Amino acid sequence: MRELSGTFAGPGRHGVLARRFLAVYSGAVILYAIIPIVVMVVFSFNEAPSGRVTLKWLGFTTDWYPHAFAVADLTTALIHSLEVAFGSMLISIILGTPLALALARYRFRAKSITDIVIFADIAAPAVVVGASLLSFFLALNLPRGLLTILIAHVAFNIAFVVVVIRARVTGLDQALDRAAADLGATPWVTFWTVTFPLILPGIIGAGILAFALSIDDLIITSFVAGQTLTFPLWVYGAVKTGIPPQVFVISTMIFVAGALLAVINSLVARGDT
Amino acid sequence: MEQHLQPHNPGVTFRGGRRLGRAAAPYLLSLPSWAYLLLFFLIPLASMLALSVATGNPLVGYSYTGHIAEFQDAIVRYHRQFLRSFYYGGFSTIITLLITYPVAYWIAFHGGRHKGTLLFLILLPFAVSFVIRTLAWQFILADRGLVLGQLKSWGIISQRAYILSTQWAVIGGLAYNSLAYYVLPLYVSLEKIDRRVVRAANDLYASPTSTFFRVILPLSSPGIFAGFLLVFVTNVGDFVNAQILGGPSTYMIGNVIQDNFFVNQDYPMAAALSSILMLLLMVAIFLYAKAFGTESIQEYAA
Repeated sequence: MRELSGTFAGPGRHGVLARRFLAVYSGAVILYAIIPIVVMVVFSFNEAPSGRVTLKWLGFTTDWYPHAFAVADLTTALIHSLEVAFGSMLISIILGTPLALALARYRFRAKSITDIVIFADIAAPAVVVGASLLSFFLALNLPRGLLTILIAHVAFNIAFVVVVIRARVTGLDQALDRAAADLGATPWVTFWTVTFPLILPGIIGAGILAFALSIDDLIITSFVAGQTLTFPLWVYGAVKTGIPPQVFVISTMIFVAGALLAVINSLVARGDT
Repeated sequence: MEQHLQPHNPGVTFRGGRRLGRAAAPYLLSLPSWAYLLLFFLIPLASMLALSVATGNPLVGYSYTGHIAEFQDAIVRYHRQFLRSFYYGGFSTIITLLITYPVAYWIAFHGGRHKGTLLFLILLPFAVSFVIRTLAWQFILADRGLVLGQLKSWGIISQRAYILSTQWAVIGGLAYNSLAYYVLPLYVSLEKIDRRVVRAANDLYASPTSTFFRVILPLSSPGIFAGFLLVFVTNVGDFVNAQILGGPSTYMIGNVIQDNFFVNQDYPMAAALSSILMLLLMVAIFLYAKAFGTESIQEYAA
């Protein structure tokens, strides 16, 4: 009978043991996930007389933080990344929100093919997306640079934006919109005064996701960037010659900012439900 | 506008106008995204296929000659990298699944009030750039790095021992980098399981093991498959782990495509290779969509 109560829901001795083991195991996995981040943060405080991060611990210093932006082309690359992330976030939200509304609220003939395209855009391997966009830009003779990076980032962000906002719209009561219409609001007014405030948390979530995907992308960007470098591309290129400590310093700063954003997002989502 | 003119009398004319509006509305709403995806997702795919059957070089330009032999050539020359990519991709995805499933299970069933915090903790490292995480692993695994250097100084392992540039470093890197992408779909599918079903299994004298294998595991299979597809496709096409953690003997197909575009400037070969990769993975994606539908992946991807 102890076997019986020792199930996943019950508190028997087996269950407690299994649960304790799972808790320890999960803690270990969380630790494993965080190890590289700890290495990054710790080495951002390491002395680096040669201006390159070394594998040896040479001594604690905070010198690199005031000089976080001292490597000019790394800073330029970071600015490129931020520009593209903001730009692609805004454009993909503007393009994606209407489609999310259409998919969540209407039955129409092109719906299933639209679903397939969105699905394909998410499931397509980055190498293929990158190579196909490069082939296209080569065929058009379009010089690669910031613009082509932006185009590519919007292309992969749209699908994620649509999925996130759509999930939010599906959860909404459409009666609210109908009530607004019955009270004489035009569709335009209804959208901005009723629908938009209700889906705003979804839009914010989609925006954060799009921003994060964009600023982190390396594979697709590497195909369409030409001579222009984004932050991940710059780091990728510097791996062979040596990494200046600024890379870890800036990454630590981005990490802290990202963590804060995630906290804010979860607070927004919590206050909302 | 009609609604505005006749706010008090939503009569027949009003209905008619609205119905017409309703019919056109989804198409108008879809148009911007559709135009964009057509121009910068679908047409580029066609353009890649066209480039793969072109002949020429970057100096004199290309003509689309229908040079199908490029595909054959691509397979003959690079079939080993293809096989290796699928092997690394599959292996690393299975490792990630085995690592993350118990964690997702524990958070979903025993996370209690801390579910959100625990998920946040495990996703937190992924706020750091992919390339930086991989670079950090290069530091950790380097021949004289944090782990091997220490073990060597203690004399536990041979001075010549190494991990970097072996397949284990690359597979390990791929598995690590996809943790976040697998834990989420698993968590979502486990979280959705109706706890009453689990309790019913207990009440019917199912042992914990059989409850797990015959109730929980099958019910969480949508998350297992959705995550598998996303992670597998991502890992097969990856070249960053192989570049930073691997060596020439671990080159994956992504590295070959990169080299053909940017080092050899053999654009048709690069396009042919990525077309083949696309077709191979499309088979996997198509089988998945057939079995589980396209909406499920959308649910788990975000």
